[in-house]
Amino acid sequence: MSIYLPIAELPVNILLIFGLGIAVGFISGMFGVGGGFLMTPMLILVGIPPAVAVASVPSHIAASSITSVLSYWRKKLVDSGLGLVLLSGGMLGTAAGVWIFSLLRRLGQLDLIINLSYIVLLSAIGALMIVESVRALLRSMHGQQPVLRRPGTHAWFHGLPLKFRFRQSRIYVSAIPVTVIGFGVGLLGALMGIGGGFLLVPALIYLLRVPTAVAVGTAQFLTLFTMLAATILHAVENRSVDVVLAFTLMIGGVIGAQSGARAGQAIRAEQLRFLLGILIFAVAARVGIDLLTKPLELFSVISEAGG
Amino acid sequence: MKLRKAAAFAALFLMLAPSFAPLARAERLVTSLSTHRVLISSNFTGTSLVLFAAIEESDAPRDKPKKYDIAITVRGPAATFVTRKKDRILGLWVNYESRRYPETPSYLAVLTNRAPSEFGPLDLQAKYKIGLAYAALPPTILADEEFGQALLRVKKAEGLFYEETNAVTFLTPTLFRATVPIPGTAPTGSYEIDVHVFSNGVLAAQQTTAIEVVKTGFEAFVAHSAREARLDYGLGVAFLAFIVGTLAGLIFRRN
Repeated sequence: MSIYLPIAELPVNILLIFGLGIAVGFISGMFGVGGGFLMTPMLILVGIPPAVAVASVPSHIAASSITSVLSYWRKKLVDSGLGLVLLSGGMLGTAAGVWIFSLLRRLGQLDLIINLSYIVLLSAIGALMIVESVRALLRSMHGQQPVLRRPGTHAWFHGLPLKFRFRQSRIYVSAIPVTVIGFGVGLLGALMGIGGGFLLVPALIYLLRVPTAVAVGTAQFLTLFTMLAATILHAVENRSVDVVLAFTLMIGGVIGAQSGARAGQAIRAEQLRFLLGILIFAVAARVGIDLLTKPLELFSVISEAGG
Repeated sequence: MKLRKAAAFAALFLMLAPSFAPLARAERLVTSLSTHRVLISSNFTGTSLVLFAAIEESDAPRDKPKKYDIAITVRGPAATFVTRKKDRILGLWVNYESRRYPETPSYLAVLTNRAPSEFGPLDLQAKYKIGLAYAALPPTILADEEFGQALLRVKKAEGLFYEETNAVTFLTPTLFRATVPIPGTAPTGSYEIDVHVFSNGVLAAQQTTAIEVVKTGFEAFVAHSAREARLDYGLGVAFLAFIVGTLAGLIFRRN
């Protein structure tokens, strides 16, 4: 069953796109990540022009995250105060990321930088999450209490001024490191063309010691706003948002996200972190293998007009 | 000095030479297309275009009918393409060299009744731009074996460049038919159709016509909005995402 995409200017199998929406939506709802780091490469693989894929995926992520945010909100697992402070840093980071993006494109080799940052960042975070969650799982197997919060242990940034109490997260930290995290996620997200949820969730869990469920809910909250902004920016700047593609992905995405969120809440936090770690690591490995093996066709042809 | 004068004369002679050649165009070509507008709607997955043409011979009837060779060249709207080659650097396969090809057709089909190299003189293909490589590619592609050939190969694999040497069917010795495939990925715009008729390696008749590939209905509306009302379009898609997400949240809500 085919449908013509008016902006991508090609026919696609609508069931395939719908299925991709459900699958990525499920993962997105389960782990609280946007899923852009999975969806964008998959659409390009299916034959959607990269410019259209990058520009249309944010609206799909936004739709999935609204559904998740509503679900987490009802369970009081969204820290809106923390989310807003992160957002202020995130907006600055996104602007800086877009600027570096165009700078790198002028210098050439943007693809290489993106691929290398994917590998370095994803494998590091993936490995970190796998190791940590396996440790936590082993501890609980030996009947010990999981020690996520260690009272009395303070990181250096706990001494900074501008301290806020974020109730839902049960943390009392300075707004400065929170803004810096938001900035970093926004910067890397814009640079790599992804939402950055998979960076934010571990940062909230490991750096700020936010409980996993609240970290996921708050990350979705932040993702929602950045992705809505990204959709509008892409429509204005690149004119490559395909509403038919976006709508198909959205419908699949919200269905997947709904069941994903439920599945995520049914699984123990350590197991969730372990699975997400494996997933992130697998994507890094995939990109790495692509870079290391000789491609069948050494040549690629792109249209300079953007499409 | 003498040498330069001689060269000038030679050049002048070459410029005038074609007018001395006997006028070969005694034939007239009448063509008819199945459509002049290919409309893209939501169920468009590609189509094909049928061209009929008749050769009218004005000379006195001959005992032995002439044998004709046909070349039909269809060129889509021009675009600039960049061909990149991956190379191994520090163990990684990365885009390294690239070539830019401006004014290259985004769609190209060459249909003939037999291999154009059999039409006649060796320079016929280059002179009338017959065959995929000659058709619309700038001389730089022909000169550049590696990158130019890669461009042809990739575009052929995408179905946007098409070459068939037995695609023109003669119904009678002077009436022929050809089917031009328009793939679903065909870019929108004006397509130029060039029909060349050769006889014994000499151009006998030529005609140029055109078709248009356009979006229609909802597809046209979306494409127009995305181009002309960017901010509204972006806000619209963002609002759509918001509505879809919120509705789904309400529908799936179970307490």
